[in-house]
Amino acid sequence: MNTTFPQLLLAQAAEHGELPAMREKEYGIWQTTSWSNMARLVEALACGLHQAGLLRGEHMVVIGANRPRLYATMLAAQSLGAIPIPLYQDTVGGECVFPINNADVRFCVVEDQEQVDKMLEIRDRCPQLSHIYYDDPRGLRNYDQPGLGGMEELIAAGQAHAKAHPQLFRDQVTACRPDDVAAMFFTSGTTGNPKGVVHTHHTLINRADVGARFDKLTPADEVLAYMPPAWIGQNIFSYAQWLVAGYVVNCPESGATVTIDLKEVGPTYYFAPPRVFEGLLTSVMIRMEDAGALKRGMFHYFMDVARRVGPTRMDGKSIGLVDAIKYQLGDWLVYGPLRNNLGMSRVRVAYTAGEAIGPDLFSFYRSIGINLKQLYGSTETAVFVCLQPDHEARADTVGVPCEGVEIKLSESGEILVKSPGLLKGYYKNPAATAEVLTADGWYHTSDAGFIDASGHLKIIDRVKDVGRIMGGEFDGAMFAPKYVENKLKFFSYIKEAVALGDKRERVCVMLNIDFDAVGNWAERRNLSYAGYTDLAQKPEVYELIRDCVEKVNADLSRDELLAGSQISRFLVLHKELDADDGELTRTNKVRRGFISERYAALVDALYSDKTEQYIETQVKFEDGRSGSVSATLKLGDAKTFAPVKAAA
Amino acid sequence: MSKKIGDVILDVHNISLRFGGVKALTDISFNVREHEVRAIIGPNGAGKSSMLNCINGVYQPQEGSISFRGQTFKHMNSRQVAEMGIARTFQNLALFKGMSVIDNIMTGRNLRIKSNLFAQAFRNPFGIGGAQKEEEAQREFVEHIIDFLEIQAHRKTPVGQLPYGLQKRVDLGRALAMEPQVLLLDEPMAGMNLEEKQDMSRFILDVNDEFGTTIVLIEHDMGVVMDISDRVVVLDYGKKIGDGTPEEVRNNEEVISAYLGTSH
Repeated sequence: MNTTFPQLLLAQAAEHGELPAMREKEYGIWQTTSWSNMARLVEALACGLHQAGLLRGEHMVVIGANRPRLYATMLAAQSLGAIPIPLYQDTVGGECVFPINNADVRFCVVEDQEQVDKMLEIRDRCPQLSHIYYDDPRGLRNYDQPGLGGMEELIAAGQAHAKAHPQLFRDQVTACRPDDVAAMFFTSGTTGNPKGVVHTHHTLINRADVGARFDKLTPADEVLAYMPPAWIGQNIFSYAQWLVAGYVVNCPESGATVTIDLKEVGPTYYFAPPRVFEGLLTSVMIRMEDAGALKRGMFHYFMDVARRVGPTRMDGKSIGLVDAIKYQLGDWLVYGPLRNNLGMSRVRVAYTAGEAIGPDLFSFYRSIGINLKQLYGSTETAVFVCLQPDHEARADTVGVPCEGVEIKLSESGEILVKSPGLLKGYYKNPAATAEVLTADGWYHTSDAGFIDASGHLKIIDRVKDVGRIMGGEFDGAMFAPKYVENKLKFFSYIKEAVALGDKRERVCVMLNIDFDAVGNWAERRNLSYAGYTDLAQKPEVYELIRDCVEKVNADLSRDELLAGSQISRFLVLHKELDADDGELTRTNKVRRGFISERYAALVDALYSDKTEQYIETQVKFEDGRSGSVSATLKLGDAKTFAPVKAAA
Repeated sequence: MSKKIGDVILDVHNISLRFGGVKALTDISFNVREHEVRAIIGPNGAGKSSMLNCINGVYQPQEGSISFRGQTFKHMNSRQVAEMGIARTFQNLALFKGMSVIDNIMTGRNLRIKSNLFAQAFRNPFGIGGAQKEEEAQREFVEHIIDFLEIQAHRKTPVGQLPYGLQKRVDLGRALAMEPQVLLLDEPMAGMNLEEKQDMSRFILDVNDEFGTTIVLIEHDMGVVMDISDRVVVLDYGKKIGDGTPEEVRNNEEVISAYLGTSH
């Protein structure tokens, strides 16, 4: 597809202008924007921005949740040859300074008062930031800062300008070339400043198109856009593929209404990182525990049936008559209503990506008839590198290389990728670019993995994270922290885990309990608690967690390669790991290095004989204030198992 | 703040209220200007709620009068007060616990609904005629309030299942549904945690700012009152002991002794 995003929009509008392009729930009703209205809106915004002085090749920041008008703004900027940079809407002001100054941003378009305040707060550090537009005027009536304006006025000015210069928009769109830069995404990065990943129209559209054809997406498909638009995954699914395939993108009313909106929309194409699937399952399980005995019995009986035959059935294989009847019965009584409750009744294709998904979690969704698959990709590869074909979904692989992709392994086991969707480079950072993109055109993913016998790619861990146990009974064994953490996190009681063990004698973990799940568990046992910190340190909770840890150990002991990664000691942290404190990335991945420095006292205690350790931690609140949390943490021991040798 | 505070909209003259031998209010006078946030504060039993109930028409004061927009009245029932554009919220929430958030806020539209009970009960299935159209219009108004108060996620939740802070918000929503000119808030922040208080303060200021609604609020939490009010009346033992800007009131000797206690 040799085209650009604005041209795709005009093509969709010409082909089926009256069909819905986007919907947004407002005042309790889904409000539809058709493709032709979307094109008109983009034209008005583009003319408005042009008049305001936005130049070809200039960068423009967009901050906000999924809103049709913000997506229209990105299209408007691209129509003028400018480059939108979506930033995460929950970043604190200070974190926006680097991207804005790095890309010399003068224009930003934001969602509401909260974001406007953020921009005004950093303005003295970003002197070139001259234009701030907002979508929602609520609360902004009395703001009179220079350069601040509403999107309504921008659209009105643009419409007037378009009337005076009717050819302007078309001329600008025609001047855009597929190899022009289309967008820049800042990767959250675990160390140092974030890096701007530069993508052209061609790289993004090419990948979006491959993905769309792979899963046969059509204008009849529906998507619910609820992840941050600054994340490339969301951008591909609710922007690039939206324009390529012409389906409908639905924007939820607010973050809190997503589950309700999901049920109302009934998307056919669904995409979420594993933690969302995990969260949904946890909420189902909590409600099942509270259900009556009959319902609970029925649920468990049919879930057993599903667990046994569901995945096989999903892979398109026959399961025998008796099981087929049982499954059908279960579908009427349990799976159907469950799918409906999850908002997944109409899901034709669902993807999970970003992190490894627990095998039990993965097969749970497949067993109740949801076509959940995995894909592999990153910001740098415009997502699509590997995809699992229907009927070939497996929990431990990420699929086969998709159209146009070549994969090879380096000597150290790192996965190297060649694809038409690779980044052009990191913005103003040739050194970092050279590190990942070698002259021969290979992109270094820094993931360790291999291609298995059936041609599927399997990921083990980040190359730099794979370590070795040193000394002790498992001397020299491989240590894959993420692998261990993921196994722990599959338990609904455990929300986050940080595994330590590289160059050490044994493996220790620091955990976060899932406050909802453990809270509910405690309530059912009449265990009173005063909050997260209190609940986390209950001896009963330690017993509960010890049980999970030991189950993971038993499981690991059966794995020849990773038996040495069994956990010998653990503790439950006194606070939840938080991106605001720098402990998680904005995409909610644990920053292992930072955490082990921040909690050095706890790490030392884990590797000593102590049974408890006092710790005090500074925390940042969402409004920028800070405070401190302190507690004396208990350290728990867990049983490890002798490695089980594979049967010869 | 660039908002314009207008002329006196509500004027309370020499109000005295007795319950048998108990003097609840003695000779209270103060006024409220259009678009301002006016607070009534005082220790427990100072007569704050009684004062609100007098304005609201629940209690009939034995002496004194109240004028609203130049119209003076001595006796008034709650419905008349509501029709004149004065709405209120309650200290101990008076919501319909089993009804949804939408339905609760809809009850606040009661005075605005023109079609009669019969037409509402027997609306025809074709959507023709007044009652259905009217309900749709009312519902649209209610949806704007829901959007304003950011309770979209709880539209259909029975109010009794919501946390206290959210119930308070629904209570405010119902008062707003009356499109009041003056909003009386009886301890809007009672029993809330810090975060809920901050949220509520923001909503009160937003109501005042966006709709230009005049607000009279009773509050215990001095910090909150001083932050959001334009002028403050202080009551103690049914008497007015202070009146003025938060700054003036804070430095008033009598107020300090009423709050902190002195040797009598």
